[in-house]
Amino acid sequence: MTSTTLSTTRPKRPSQLFRNLSAKLASIPMILTALVIFLGGTVWTVVYSFTSSRLLPRLRWAGLEQYERLWATPRWLVSIENLLVYGVLSLIFSFVIGFVLAALMDQKIRFESAFRTIFLYPFALSFVVTGLVWQWLLNPEFGVQNIVREMGWTSFTFDPLYDQSIVIYGILIASLWQGTGLVMCLMLAGLRGIDEDIWKAARVDGIPMWKTYLFIVIPMMRPVFITTLVIVASGIVRVYDLVVAQTSGGPGTASEVPAKYVYDYMFQAQNLGQGFAASTVMLLTVAIVVVPWAYLEFGRRKRV
Amino acid sequence: MRYRLGMAALAGSVAFSLSPAFATDLEVTHWWTSGGEAAAVAEFAKAFDATGNKWIDGAIAGSGGTARPIMVSRITGGDPMGATQFNHGRQAEELVQEGLMRDLTDLATKEKWAEVIRPKSLLDNCTIEGKIYCAPVNIHSWQWLWLSNKAFTDAGVAVPTNWDEFVAAAPKLREKNIIPLAVGGQGWQATGAFDTMLLELGGKDLYLKIYQDKDSEAAGGPEAAKIFKAADDARKLAKGSNVQDWNQATNLVITGKAGGQIMGDWAQGEFAVAGLKAGTDYSCLPGLGVSNPTLATGGDAFYFPVLKDEAKSAAQEVLASTMLKPEVQVAFNAKKGSLPVRGDVDVGSVNDCTRKGLDILAKPDSVVKSTDELASADTQKQKEDLFTEFFANESLTAEDAQKRFAEIISSAD
Repeated sequence: MTSTTLSTTRPKRPSQLFRNLSAKLASIPMILTALVIFLGGTVWTVVYSFTSSRLLPRLRWAGLEQYERLWATPRWLVSIENLLVYGVLSLIFSFVIGFVLAALMDQKIRFESAFRTIFLYPFALSFVVTGLVWQWLLNPEFGVQNIVREMGWTSFTFDPLYDQSIVIYGILIASLWQGTGLVMCLMLAGLRGIDEDIWKAARVDGIPMWKTYLFIVIPMMRPVFITTLVIVASGIVRVYDLVVAQTSGGPGTASEVPAKYVYDYMFQAQNLGQGFAASTVMLLTVAIVVVPWAYLEFGRRKRV
Repeated sequence: MRYRLGMAALAGSVAFSLSPAFATDLEVTHWWTSGGEAAAVAEFAKAFDATGNKWIDGAIAGSGGTARPIMVSRITGGDPMGATQFNHGRQAEELVQEGLMRDLTDLATKEKWAEVIRPKSLLDNCTIEGKIYCAPVNIHSWQWLWLSNKAFTDAGVAVPTNWDEFVAAAPKLREKNIIPLAVGGQGWQATGAFDTMLLELGGKDLYLKIYQDKDSEAAGGPEAAKIFKAADDARKLAKGSNVQDWNQATNLVITGKAGGQIMGDWAQGEFAVAGLKAGTDYSCLPGLGVSNPTLATGGDAFYFPVLKDEAKSAAQEVLASTMLKPEVQVAFNAKKGSLPVRGDVDVGSVNDCTRKGLDILAKPDSVVKSTDELASADTQKQKEDLFTEFFANESLTAEDAQKRFAEIISSAD
């Protein structure tokens, strides 16, 4: 009795579902795309990674067979190791170099836009072109080694692409050359977003410039760093074309990367199951990094 | 062959003759893009256009490894071409099982393919559950050692007549800064060299035991160990050949910078283009010069996807029949540098090396199936990964490599 009278007297709130209806309608296609193509495709891939599919996807269950084979394959282990080395170094160097360049650029120098253009220019090239250019530059017969030798230092040796133990660094050089400009631009935008008054206050307090950067400016640039991290890290995990153009995975299998393993086994070896298993492992690797971070990041924001 | 890199993508633009009034367009995809290959394809196009249809050239630059995924995804994705190249063997096996390829049995019976095509194994490759699904067009074999006469003259040793002499002459070549054996960096080249050594130095029985019966005990056994020992020699001889593509490696032999190269008969096209003469400028040792050489029959075949359009389906049969006509076979294979699949045609005047090859092929006991025919693409790829590493990484010992090889064979299919 009482409950019905209560509900009738309480003013009716408009349903949450119909708020901003037009905006919700407009985002339906994107939601569908995300669900069907991204999520659906991912689930499909994971499911088929447990089958023995060869050229065509077939639901013949093979359990964990593909994964067992994957982790017993020397080439895959080399790929993972390369990705780790390449990924960690690439993150560190592109952040450090990119930030230092941006900080230098922020000193109100002359011709700033000219420098900015020059540093950003390599980013306009695709990885394939970058890879080819650096393949020639690092070729002992045409490139840097030859130039230095012609200048008189005849014992100079610099042929990273032909040395198994250091070939991954040859690829790192090319990727830094290509990608650092973008990091610099993002950082520069972040620096420009810092209020002039903070710099003035720091100067009044007599804080040295490097300390201001390290303890005041960088913590304030957190969102920029996170954006940059996402962009750079996703580029690292899917690195493929650079390796194909520069070394095709050689010498031997010394510069193989996971994405290339996935492609080669899916299409050249006509073994979809194996390729799917490898790409599922790649997804898991990314998830292991991203999920705890996202939890911390968004979990904290809610509490504030 | 499948391996030519697309230096001459432009060469794929074949000259077409004027199309007659009721021409049916048929798109044909293949990865023959180098100069000689494109010229060979043009022979097919010419003959097909003469039947009143129109050949639409769908050349895909890059090697077979690049082209095959594109072809397969077009067929499975519902956008099939009129006809497409694959290598002899099992590359299109699953497409046929899925019913995506056209059954050519009626045509084959009518034109008596079973009687004219030689060796018979080529037609067997096209046959799945008693029905014929492809038209073989040529024969290539891997088992050749190409030698630069100039390199050996420079080093002051006689041109070797077999593998052992070649290995023995190697130190002399090294003294003159000549790389004894040119091997390009791509995985299939090292694999092909190993398979050639296995077949010739190990013998046909061992080869078949490993690749046909997938006998992992044989692969890990003492006989195969000898082959790994030879491969270990070979990788030492190959040290210093810092090239990627097979034709760059052949070029080292042509210019006398390398002593020799283990490579299929398609390499002979490169010698011909460079204007070198068999016997005087370069020598060839089929089967690495062993007393009883065996050749494997690799090569290419055309498959015809199932099409809805009836006019196109009719044109497919015409194309299949045209490709196997005696005069077309001769014209095509002369330009391609391969051997015709018909035993009843006269190939005319051929050079020394081709003659040696023909003589070996004429003996049924000296012909085996190629590794592409015996093993799946998956197994082939795993072998490639192993041998490309073995040739580049000296810290991988012959024993460890053999262990890994035996594992691959034990799970092979």
